Amino acid sequence: MGYPHRPHPRETVVLSQHFGEAEARSYQGWVKRGGYVALRKALGMSPAEIIEIVKESGLRGRGGAGFPTGLKWSFMPKEKTKPHYLCCNADESEPGTFKDREIMRWTPHALIEGCAIAQYAIQADITYIYIRGEFTEALATVQHALDEAYREGILGPNAMGTGKRLDMYIHRGAGAYICGEETALMNSIEGRRGNPRIKPPFPAAAGVFGMPTTINNVETLAAVPHIINRGAAWYRSLSLANPKSTGTKLFSVCGHVRRPGNYEVTMGFPLRDLLYDLCGGMRDGRTLKACIPGGSSVPILNREESESCLLDYEGCAEKGTMLGSGGVIVFDDSADMVYQIMRLARFYAHESCAQCTQCREGTAWVTKILQRILAGEGQMKDLDLLLDLSEQMTGKTICVLSDSCAAPVVSGIRKFRHEFEAYITGARRAAGAA
Amino acid sequence: MSEQELVSLTIEGVEVSVPKGTLLIEAAKQAGVVVPHYCYHPGLPVAGVCRMCLVEVERMPKLQIACATPVAPGMVVHVMSPQALEARKGVLEFLLINHPLDCPICDQAGECELQDYVFQEGRARTRYAAFPKRFNPVEDFGGDVLYVPNRCILCTRCVRFMDHVAEDSTLNVSERGDRAVIGIHPGRQLDHAWAGNVVDLCPVGSLISKDFLHKARAWELDRTASVCTGCSQGCNVTLDTRLNTVVRVRPRPNSEVNRYFMCDYGRGQYRWMNRGDRIEAPLIAADGGFTATDWDHAIAHTARLIRGASGRAVVLASPGVSTEALFLARRLLGGSAVTGAFRVAHVAGEAPLPGVPNLALRSERAPNATGARLLGYTEAFDAAVRAAGEAGIVLALDESLEGIPEGALNGAGVFVYLGTVLPAAARGARVVLPVANTAEEDGTFVNRDRRVQRYFQAKAAPGMARPAWWVLGALLAELGRGEPFLSAGAAFDLLAREEALFAGLSYASLGTRGAGLTAVTPAGVGT
Repeated sequence: MGYPHRPHPRETVVLSQHFGEAEARSYQGWVKRGGYVALRKALGMSPAEIIEIVKESGLRGRGGAGFPTGLKWSFMPKEKTKPHYLCCNADESEPGTFKDREIMRWTPHALIEGCAIAQYAIQADITYIYIRGEFTEALATVQHALDEAYREGILGPNAMGTGKRLDMYIHRGAGAYICGEETALMNSIEGRRGNPRIKPPFPAAAGVFGMPTTINNVETLAAVPHIINRGAAWYRSLSLANPKSTGTKLFSVCGHVRRPGNYEVTMGFPLRDLLYDLCGGMRDGRTLKACIPGGSSVPILNREESESCLLDYEGCAEKGTMLGSGGVIVFDDSADMVYQIMRLARFYAHESCAQCTQCREGTAWVTKILQRILAGEGQMKDLDLLLDLSEQMTGKTICVLSDSCAAPVVSGIRKFRHEFEAYITGARRAAGAA
Repeated sequence: MSEQELVSLTIEGVEVSVPKGTLLIEAAKQAGVVVPHYCYHPGLPVAGVCRMCLVEVERMPKLQIACATPVAPGMVVHVMSPQALEARKGVLEFLLINHPLDCPICDQAGECELQDYVFQEGRARTRYAAFPKRFNPVEDFGGDVLYVPNRCILCTRCVRFMDHVAEDSTLNVSERGDRAVIGIHPGRQLDHAWAGNVVDLCPVGSLISKDFLHKARAWELDRTASVCTGCSQGCNVTLDTRLNTVVRVRPRPNSEVNRYFMCDYGRGQYRWMNRGDRIEAPLIAADGGFTATDWDHAIAHTARLIRGASGRAVVLASPGVSTEALFLARRLLGGSAVTGAFRVAHVAGEAPLPGVPNLALRSERAPNATGARLLGYTEAFDAAVRAAGEAGIVLALDESLEGIPEGALNGAGVFVYLGTVLPAAARGARVVLPVANTAEEDGTFVNRDRRVQRYFQAKAAPGMARPAWWVLGALLAELGRGEPFLSAGAAFDLLAREEALFAGLSYASLGTRGAGLTAVTPAGVGT
């Protein structure tokens, strides 16, 4: 639902059903709403059965990459010889994304339940919920819920009276975007600098503390109890376009729409309807110029692309972008794309972990060039330079932060070249420029 | 590691077979290709951050970093393909945009990997001209190390060395993005006994040695393989000389002894090699003083003295002289009973490098004490000095004679002093023969693990000073007991023939890496 709005009739409310209900935050309130039924059911099954159900459901990672969740779980060693870990990635820092925050704020027990099921399925000893440091309210809410879950015997040495041990800890981030990258997150949990690691080894082989680890996004894990309760077939049926994209997805819409907020729709929902129908369209007298559909790291869509884009993994790929985290950033015709892209690049330059050369130097250089263009001191050859640097920053580094910086720059120049040229020729001056 | 499984692959058209698990960057060396790199170092854990070693691997969608990609059967690798070259050119450009290009005043110039690869593969012109470069002031990291952050390329070799090899996490990467610099733990100094290695590891001129600061340009230096004289570990080193002066000691890789490292104490062991107060000519005692003479006279005179001496012989040797000299000294006086003795400074406690097994600054602070012991010299030094009072002949072999009163050695018989400098207690010698120091001669040392290692002449000896093995060989020849040696090798080969412990070794086979002694007990070797 579009909290703080009432749910729109075209939403498919699953994860967000209880957003806005303060009582749902408490254990009693959550149980009243059918909470922990799925966990009890799951604990009665074998881990392999759970993984099979999740595989069948078609659930894919909601953090950005869209990797099939059940398949990821199945990569964990079947014969357990070392401790296993589950990490819940709640470091939601992607600009434009605020869906996990709402899940944690309103339905913390949904997350705990999802984590518990996943932890049991992958035979993990411990779950770490890595919560973004700035999410103070979410942190307090989840911590409170976690304390309740232990108190009520949901977690602990005898989870729900089944004799199975489930342990869960919250790890609070300290303000680095890069710690949302899965291996950087693991380094951070270990108390190291949050630098992404070289892969392979992949987390399922050597993750946190060098042990087999699975890492899932908050939204992914929160969907698991629903799948257990209602079955894989039900979840798979939630698909409007491509059968490879199933279930519901929360979209955090921000920017120049009348009603920004979180909207939960079925996979394959048209972006056009999300913007014009659910979000109430553009502000008065304004028209859509561009849209970033999956958080700041994905290529920008222009108006035509946005209006024909279907919101699932394949639909976005068809338009040359990605579903990403579902952080929809909307620009109307008043937006200065050069400035917007500079802001994005500056963000990445600020957040680069400084390991890889291309990222450390490239993100900063790209930002400087964009700032120079904005200052009216750009040259036409700067655009080629930007494209060339972006090429050097793509596909050559440990993680994709540098690619993420390059993506909006490249798509921005391709699709809004005239705006860059207007600054360079002097036809346009930056707002507030002297 | 019994049967090693080999993997065959093709690198730049050359087929190589390497053990399974080998990294591409090492396999490429087998193919004769050095993949340009900065963060990779064989003595450190892989970081994979500089992204310089990007190579093209057929059937892989993206370029791969050679330093973190293990070989696979049938792999076809292109190091110099247009795509790989373009990617590395990009990395070099990124590395250079904030690099000061102060090569004319940078100590690393001439041995700088950034310089080398930019010349080799880089872009001729910058595209960063309009922006100021990042600036951070020079920082004193303590110990011998200065940090010049402006030159730093954040390869993290220094951080990894301190974390994983020295196991003393003093350094870190501080800040993020292009603000990142190497940071030092607040209140800490880079004063680990092995910290100086970060200067060698630094591929650019960012971590530099205070001791070597602005002393020489790399291209003016001559480099000579040697062995550290600091302790009994026997780290392989390179002596860098300029204008007949040793200006720097750096580790020389030897996987059997010191891998890629040496301690800071060892690095300081070059100053004495440049001493100015050297004996420059053979001296013969005359009229209560000395008269300088030439070698022919000196050798003939000394031989006469030896021939005329009778009774017990005492050799007081320095544990810093060559194995050859130790052997020949005994042989020279072998006609009578010989008491050989040495003394060596023992400093309490060792300073190990935790990341490398069996590597430490040893408490025994001399390079050849083991060689001396194996050749029958004992540490009963004081007794030997007392015995010298009644001995027929006393030979001092570059012994410092510190603490020995003047005249204590010249009472009973013939006192011959072979040395680099003239201590007061040697002023009573009948003859003083000037010898070369370690930097000025070829020779061998035996380290504490009984590894015989050659060191090479790095500079000319002052005046008429000659290697001790030459002097002793000439004396033996003068006494009619063999031909003079033309090389240290000839002296060593005689030693190998005569001493059972050294059997099977030859000077040539020692090479630059040395060889272990056969495990025979030193029984029967002189007493």
